[in-house]
Amino acid sequence: MSTPPLKQVILAAYFPGVNNTTVWSDPRSKSQIEFSSFVHLAKTAERGKLDFFFLAEGLRLREQGGKIHDLDTVGRPDTLTVLAALAGVTTRLGLAGTLNATYHEPYEMARQLATLDHLSNGRAAWNVVTSSDAFTGENFRSGGFLDYADRYVRAGEFIETARQLWDSWAADEIVADKESGTFVRHGLPGSFAHHGAQFDIAGQFNVPQSPQVHPVILQAGDSDGGRELAAQTADAIFSRHWILGPARKFYADAKGRLAKYGREWDDMKILPGVSFVLGDTQQDAEEQAHLVRRQQVSPQTAILLLEQVWNRDLSSYDAEGPLPDIDPDVSTTSIIQGRARMCPDPLKTAREWRELAEAKKLSIRELIMETSGRLTFVGTPSQVAESMNEFVQTDGSDGFVLAPHLTPTGLDGFVDTVVPLLQERGVLRTEYETTTLRGHLGLPAACAPRARKVATA
Amino acid sequence: MDAAPLHLAVALDGTGFHPASWRDPSARPDELFTPGYWADQAKTAERAMLDFITIEDSFGLQSSKFSGPDGRTNQVRGRLDAVLIASLVAPHTAHLGLVPTANTTHTEPFHLASALSTLDYVSSGRAGWRPQVSSRLDEAAHVGRRQFPTVDRRNRDDPAAAMLAGDLFEEATDAVEVVRRLWDSWEDDAIIKDQSTGRFIDRDKLHYVDFEGRFFNVKGPSIVPRPPQGNPLIAALAHSRVPWEFAASSADVVFVTPSDTADVPEWVDGIRTAERTVERSGTPLKIFADLVVFVDGDASIAEDRKAWLDELDGWPMRSDAAIFTGTAVELADQLISWQAHGLDGFRLRPGVVCHDLDAIADRLVPELQRRGVFRTAYENGTLRERLGLGRLPSRYASAAASASTQANGSIGDIG
Repeated sequence: MSTPPLKQVILAAYFPGVNNTTVWSDPRSKSQIEFSSFVHLAKTAERGKLDFFFLAEGLRLREQGGKIHDLDTVGRPDTLTVLAALAGVTTRLGLAGTLNATYHEPYEMARQLATLDHLSNGRAAWNVVTSSDAFTGENFRSGGFLDYADRYVRAGEFIETARQLWDSWAADEIVADKESGTFVRHGLPGSFAHHGAQFDIAGQFNVPQSPQVHPVILQAGDSDGGRELAAQTADAIFSRHWILGPARKFYADAKGRLAKYGREWDDMKILPGVSFVLGDTQQDAEEQAHLVRRQQVSPQTAILLLEQVWNRDLSSYDAEGPLPDIDPDVSTTSIIQGRARMCPDPLKTAREWRELAEAKKLSIRELIMETSGRLTFVGTPSQVAESMNEFVQTDGSDGFVLAPHLTPTGLDGFVDTVVPLLQERGVLRTEYETTTLRGHLGLPAACAPRARKVATA
Repeated sequence: MDAAPLHLAVALDGTGFHPASWRDPSARPDELFTPGYWADQAKTAERAMLDFITIEDSFGLQSSKFSGPDGRTNQVRGRLDAVLIASLVAPHTAHLGLVPTANTTHTEPFHLASALSTLDYVSSGRAGWRPQVSSRLDEAAHVGRRQFPTVDRRNRDDPAAAMLAGDLFEEATDAVEVVRRLWDSWEDDAIIKDQSTGRFIDRDKLHYVDFEGRFFNVKGPSIVPRPPQGNPLIAALAHSRVPWEFAASSADVVFVTPSDTADVPEWVDGIRTAERTVERSGTPLKIFADLVVFVDGDASIAEDRKAWLDELDGWPMRSDAAIFTGTAVELADQLISWQAHGLDGFRLRPGVVCHDLDAIADRLVPELQRRGVFRTAYENGTLRERLGLGRLPSRYASAAASASTQANGSIGDIG
């Protein structure tokens, strides 16, 4: 019996975001907004033959206690605009962006994504998220109108509608024959009609079929409803499961849902977001990881993260001192706005943290360093390559979304040292073999013209 | 330069402004949806040292009828998002201003502000925006958010049409106001990266815009820090009183469409009147006249070329702007004589882009340079600075801070 072929490790480069995991206090840290930073990370990712670049979307600045959060990186660009500019300076790298289905409309967003797919020759991807957040809604026409339960309904119908629009031009619609004077075959190319609970639209889509037909769709939902929607519609899941045991369970569960929708096991990729710190030796890597954690958790950030559990003002406490004696405020109003509330049972968490702090003699800052945001892969390049490969080959995932902690050079060391080791193991390409992101990811081609029949029927 | 410097822009739309332009031997209709096509046009425009390009857009299929799609198969149909085209060509160019069209009727002002700020970042201060309203029924049905009455657009006395236009331009005015507030919502020195206090920003230098209007409310602040130009350039195409007043209250540049030399003063006067009506403060609008151009070495060649395209299309070309056919020398004469009536510059719409944009670069611009009315090299600076508009301080900056900015002379307000 022959051994099964090794799985390829899919790798994406995440542009450092606006959480405390992005270290801005390091002297090597550069602008989070100048285009040169995006170019650097994208070109580094392309040099390492990574699958795609990944950029999140900002729609409202975070607040805590009614004030704009000022301790982490603040300020980021419009997702699609940066990706289109990066299409001009890269040739093969996939270009993925988060776009919120609550505060965009299908016609416009489908146009923009199809445009990006044309302008990048088939490298566009969309990470679909939704929000029912009235706080974010205050920046938009619609406000925060969506019921929590309707989030997946809207996301599902949005994706369905977008795909209908992407399917609305036949592959051979454009003739452009100067002699005969026929530019398009049909008088009304792009005809579509969608009458649903979320969207009721009809007419002609005005972007011709793009190279991938359907830009790649990513999702991050982790709840039962989220997993089901992903199994039905997503090409990849940007998952939060980076510990091998739970990751393997998630992997089997998510992929196990595909058959119900007539999809194959490999039709949806699982890509956890991970961090990494490299060192010359294991000990060196661990020491560096400790320094990174200290940079990620400044004294002010430690108090702020503690406030997110305690749900009250703790600014009078010393981060290098012990935990507060008072208990968390469990009233319903959250002091944090602009992101999900992280802690389901604050009293229980507070009890556990007190026990941990007592046992290990930890200050507030040390406790937060220990309990929040552990670094995923810490070791020598060879250890990290081995761990990543093992994670993928044992079905913890199909690859990773790498989140460097430094802007924009945080991926340089990984590409210089870990990438060649993965290539040596035969699990990462040494040259791009395909031109589209679908091709890189080994996804089936999107089949186009079915909706056209519906529209003209 | 001895004579008054002339500003020159080119409008890009598909294969050009003649509906049959795609059938010209130079045209590249099968490449219209590729990045290389747009990068090439932008590079040619930069070779010509133009002030900026504009890029057309719409939320529906191109049509020869206003009321909706016309079902024709012998003209270009389909177009890409103009903001993203501008962003794609930004790294392919270094000086050229990039002014995409973006709709205010069916879009979110917050997204527009972010996208245009970002375009300003990726182009290092070369971004602009042509806000455009949409009253087409088919475009409204594509978005599904609102319904428009059926109106007779050609009948200016139709009260329903006047009311719809009034609403759409009022909304556009609000959209530009929100976008400008969002651009100002971060003061220039808001990012402090202060290690001692652990703060990345000074949040006192970020401001809620708190816009409340008939069509939308927007809280702010922007998610994007203040763009390099402070306020990217805003340009509006305007044909009558309502859009003139929109331009006068919202834009930096206005595109007008006189039919001949004698018609120019009336348009200029209309714009200046609109400025007084809306009590515009600050720099007066820069007035650019639009012209469709067919340029060749011999005037009869240009005329024959247009006539041949007219025949292919089945109709003589119609346009809101005057149509020029002739040599570069004749075009230079016309531009200079029009300019004397109070224009700041021109936006040329190439009849056939792959032919006439090249002619602008290779024939017209050298002719204007010979006459000393056009730059022979790009000046350093942003798009706004090139047009003499300078960089305005954030409206939210404290009085003391803005006074010191002015003392430092960074306000190039040439009036």
